[in-house]
Amino acid sequence: MHLPVSLVWLIPALPLLAAGIAALAPRSCRTLAAGAAIAAMIAAFVISCLALHTALADPGAKLVANFEWFDVGAGAMRLGWLLDPLTAFMCVMVTFVASLIFIFSTGYMKADANFKQFFCFLSLFAAAMLGILVANSLLLLFICWELVGLASYLLIGFWFHKPSAAAAAKKAFITTRIGDLGLLLGLLWLADSTGSLLFYDGGNGVLEVAALGSLASQVTVGGLAVSTAIGLLIFCGAVGKSGQFPLHVWLPDAMEGPTPVSALIHAATMVAAGVFLIARVYPLMSADLALPLVPLHALTVVAFIGAITALLGATIAVAQNDIKRVLAFSTVSQLGYMMLALGVGSWVAAIFHLLTHAFFKALLFLGAGSVIHAAHHEQDIRRLGGLRGRMRITFATFAIGMMALSGVPFLFSGFWSKEAILHAAHGWQVSHLPFGAALVAVVLTAFYMTRLVAETFFGTARTEETEHAHENSAVMTVPLILLAVGAVALGFLGTPAFPWLQARLLGEPEVHGHPLFESAGLMMLSIVLVAVGLGAGWAIYGRRPRVALDAVDPLAKAAPGVIAALGNRLGFDELYAATLGRLVTAGATVADFFDRYVWGGAVTMLARLGEFAGVVNRENDESAINGGFNVVSESFRDSGRAYSRAQSGEPQSYLRFIATGFVVLMLLVILGGGR
Amino acid sequence: MSSLPILSLLVFAPWLGALVLASLGNKLGAKSSRVVGLLSSGSTLGLALVILANFAPAGAGYQFIERHSWISALRVDYHLGLDGLSLLLVLLTGLVSPLCLLASWKIQRAPHHFAALFLLLQGAALGVFLALDFFHWFLFWELSLVPAFFLIKIWGGEGATRAAYQFVIYTLAGGACLLLAFAAIAVATGTFNFTELATLAASGQLAAKLALLGGLWPKVIFIGVFLGLAVKAPLFPFHTWLPATYAEAPSGVSMFLTGIMSKMGVYGFLRILWPLFPAELHAAAPCLLGLALGGVVFGAFAALNQTDLKRMVAYSSINHVSYCLLALFAVAGASNAPAATAALIGALLQMFNHGLSAAALFACVGMLEARSGGRRGIHDFGGVRTLAPLFAGFCGVAMFSSLGLPGLNGFVGEFMIFSGVFGLAPWAAGVACLGLFATALFLLTFWQRVFHGPTGAAVAAFRDLDRVEILTLLPLVVLMVLLGVLPQLLVGLINPLVTTWVSQLP
Amino acid sequence: MSPLQLCLLLSSLLFCVGLVAAMARSNAILVLLGVELMLNAANINFIAFWRYGPNPEAGTGVLFVLFSIAVAAAEAAVGLALVIAVYRHQKTIRLASINRLKG
Repeated sequence: MHLPVSLVWLIPALPLLAAGIAALAPRSCRTLAAGAAIAAMIAAFVISCLALHTALADPGAKLVANFEWFDVGAGAMRLGWLLDPLTAFMCVMVTFVASLIFIFSTGYMKADANFKQFFCFLSLFAAAMLGILVANSLLLLFICWELVGLASYLLIGFWFHKPSAAAAAKKAFITTRIGDLGLLLGLLWLADSTGSLLFYDGGNGVLEVAALGSLASQVTVGGLAVSTAIGLLIFCGAVGKSGQFPLHVWLPDAMEGPTPVSALIHAATMVAAGVFLIARVYPLMSADLALPLVPLHALTVVAFIGAITALLGATIAVAQNDIKRVLAFSTVSQLGYMMLALGVGSWVAAIFHLLTHAFFKALLFLGAGSVIHAAHHEQDIRRLGGLRGRMRITFATFAIGMMALSGVPFLFSGFWSKEAILHAAHGWQVSHLPFGAALVAVVLTAFYMTRLVAETFFGTARTEETEHAHENSAVMTVPLILLAVGAVALGFLGTPAFPWLQARLLGEPEVHGHPLFESAGLMMLSIVLVAVGLGAGWAIYGRRPRVALDAVDPLAKAAPGVIAALGNRLGFDELYAATLGRLVTAGATVADFFDRYVWGGAVTMLARLGEFAGVVNRENDESAINGGFNVVSESFRDSGRAYSRAQSGEPQSYLRFIATGFVVLMLLVILGGGR
Repeated sequence: MSSLPILSLLVFAPWLGALVLASLGNKLGAKSSRVVGLLSSGSTLGLALVILANFAPAGAGYQFIERHSWISALRVDYHLGLDGLSLLLVLLTGLVSPLCLLASWKIQRAPHHFAALFLLLQGAALGVFLALDFFHWFLFWELSLVPAFFLIKIWGGEGATRAAYQFVIYTLAGGACLLLAFAAIAVATGTFNFTELATLAASGQLAAKLALLGGLWPKVIFIGVFLGLAVKAPLFPFHTWLPATYAEAPSGVSMFLTGIMSKMGVYGFLRILWPLFPAELHAAAPCLLGLALGGVVFGAFAALNQTDLKRMVAYSSINHVSYCLLALFAVAGASNAPAATAALIGALLQMFNHGLSAAALFACVGMLEARSGGRRGIHDFGGVRTLAPLFAGFCGVAMFSSLGLPGLNGFVGEFMIFSGVFGLAPWAAGVACLGLFATALFLLTFWQRVFHGPTGAAVAAFRDLDRVEILTLLPLVVLMVLLGVLPQLLVGLINPLVTTWVSQLP
Repeated sequence: MSPLQLCLLLSSLLFCVGLVAAMARSNAILVLLGVELMLNAANINFIAFWRYGPNPEAGTGVLFVLFSIAVAAAEAAVGLALVIAVYRHQKTIRLASINRLKG
């Protein structure tokens, strides 16, 4: 049974429908909200499997279904759906992991008053995330990209009454928005230079030969090819979303959200969206590789940023004491690996690692959630301890996740995907620095994970709550077991002997395996490094487990300054607060100042001028014009008064006037000549 | 249909309501005068929907024209007509005005006078959007000031008197420049008619006739018209009347001022300045682009520094309206047909979308104010989301719409503006991104301070929305989502018009 | 001196007596008497100009005088009635104290 590409939209639409149901349902309908969300997610998983089946029937094809969104002039803004093996694999992974995490959440969030809202937001997130995956337009991808940002914001701030959660949510949104603005500019540039935003459009898409050729042939500022500039701007978005250096600061804070959220959004799916984005636009990113004369290739930047992030995350993780923050920095570091793989040219290795990482990191986060739930929301590994015996399933699955993440050889998926990345980095012609950084990170990863497991599960319970912790119910343990199975089994889809996944992603119909030990030296080296990390971790934390609550960390005893700096995350937050934060505040103050005093002042000045003119005018009126009028009217009044005096009301005086007047008239007549 | 003077009906129906309220208001009682006000205000929406049903979207010219000779000595006609742009704004007025009255439902002081003055204001705004002759266009333009003045002064906050005077004097000064400029134009051309003037301008005769006035006159006339419109819109740095006015006006009036009145300025730019002075606008475009960018960036950053929520929303209004002007000036300054189309579509969408989102935000701040006894400082609240989840939800949608989140209406307009401006002046799009960033920052800070965090003692008695308030916000929120997903509903009305405009560009 | 002049002299004297009486007396009835005297002086002029005028045959002068006397009688009646009415209100007929018409 095949899924026509025109129905691919069903995959994001189902969770969206569930989100709508949950949003409109009354607050008390907890079962309805959770049920709708889980049912929609499982249905989406089934459809995704169908989509995968369809995509694998012809792995090289890009199935697209484009449609018009709204008219623009004579043309239209077009969006579309895309189905290829990359989309299909990602959809299956996201829907599977999300289904398990949803089920886990019904247990984890059981006591929360806003249970309904939680599933509404989770479904919204899943819908937007799946939208990113099936989008055949950079604009549609950007829309969903921002919506996952919104869902992430809402879920990090889910316990919004905690000021730290509210602040972390805002920080996450703002930090990723910095990157998103880069992505937006890249998108605008792309739309401007190609006239389209569709990835594949029967030869007219931006990822197809014609557009790529023209993009790579144009040159812009600094001698860069236009495709390089656009690629770097798009990469900004990935840096923000995937917590890459230097915008990685939001991801550890995002752990303020409920643990299932951390598992789903900030480990397995959303943060990997940046990697997916670069993999999706890989033809664009690599369009400049053929140009020998450009000063910089986009992928070189990607590789170096990835390597820096991988090393930085792993280093900081060593000194964290919060179980979720250790995992968060580990996520940062692993995302760095994926970016490194993209940068050195092996996007299939990146996607392979993305898929395996999604499973084992979701497993680790859910395991951490299980521990936190059992220990009454205790997250500090120094206050946990000795949980091995009390939480057997959690311990076993967590250990599997830990070994997968550390890269314990052969049995665990993480080993195979990490090997693929290391091989790709080793073969990179430009520089060997990223490869070196990746090797160091391998040791550190094994080390901090051993420390985490030793502190949490070994030794003795160090607080009352930990003492009484016990294994959680089946809704929480079954997802752990299923994820653990995935964390082991997924690796075998991409071993060098049988690189089925890689071949399908690249669109090759045949699978060409290599002998297992094609470059045995490198593989041996990484196995030894993992062993060193595990051994060191066990030697320091496992053999003599912590007993007292306030015992100083053995590493901190050795190098207090370094560990304190690492524990403080190398001061990135403080640095940003002191620079960017200050800059923004200063900008705001200046803008406000200008508005109040300069523009406002100019207007007030004008008004004062007007007022002054008014005063002058009034003076003029009062003294000159009004004065004249006053004089005239005074004289009128005086004469009136005089006349009124004559009107005495005595008839005889009137008569006298009449007589006098008569006499005068007579005299005039007589003296005037008697005419 | 053609026999019925539907546009006149549209303009004068609110005035009829105002007349009824002014003469019978005392006898009607508070409740029924509110209902009468609401119904007369809603008549606009009803008639606008009738017009929408009979509107031919494919035509770019004026429709439903009414033209009668009025003052023949001055060649003044009573001339109304409607195209996609006017229809868009009439629809917006019809949507927002009744909601403004609903948001003012709880006003106790002389509700019939409030409603009557508000209806006068609404009718004047509609007249501005529909008049095609400068003479009565200007009458409507200035008439809108009088009711606004009294609405702000009588029903406003503490500093309302000062703000009302500032508002009126400032805009009157702008209006005086406009009037003088048009007097000169009338002397030169002998007509007040916009369409005739536009035709003259398109053929270059307007410039020739103005040049006959001699010397600097053409430039002075352009600057006069520009100033009149720039104050109203407002364009940075002619905006200083705005924060105080919006902050001191009662919330319902602030909704109207930002939702509709600021659009009158932008409408004037599109309907008068651009068609009549294409060459002058082209010459001034780089400078004006800088001013619009100033509005985008300064507005957003100044909003970041406000503690009064209404002032904050007012500054965000400056920022959003500046996007429209940014698009227009970019189009006037450069030639790139696809980009110009995108920018103009974006500008028109932004006018509509900003009308919705800014009105909703002012309504929300008004509701906060009503619940806290008049306080609206950003630090006066906290944890409101716990007590009023529905209110928080509605306000959140409005906020994210204002922020330009995809999936809500604000995004489509802003994206089209950015996409157009990038094609016309890439550096301007880059700088404007700073505005986007600061907008996100101040809106989320507002959200964090007011809605998140522990519930403070000051907000302990907060209740969630009542029925009237739900009725106020729900239409806005529904439209925000609907237009975010299906922008074609609006674009279908304006696309032919924009296409025609772009085809007439040099 | 012709008889006409003599008659005119008489009437002038009579008129002056009446005028002085009307202007100087404070009693309203005496003022009315003065007015009557002036009126009769005018009547004498009528008769004199008729008798010594160019057309003594027509009876115009007598006719005018008869009219005048009738009118004077009516006027005297109204004037006395007014005086009596004033007296009823004011208890005086002294003109100096009846100045309520003053503006």
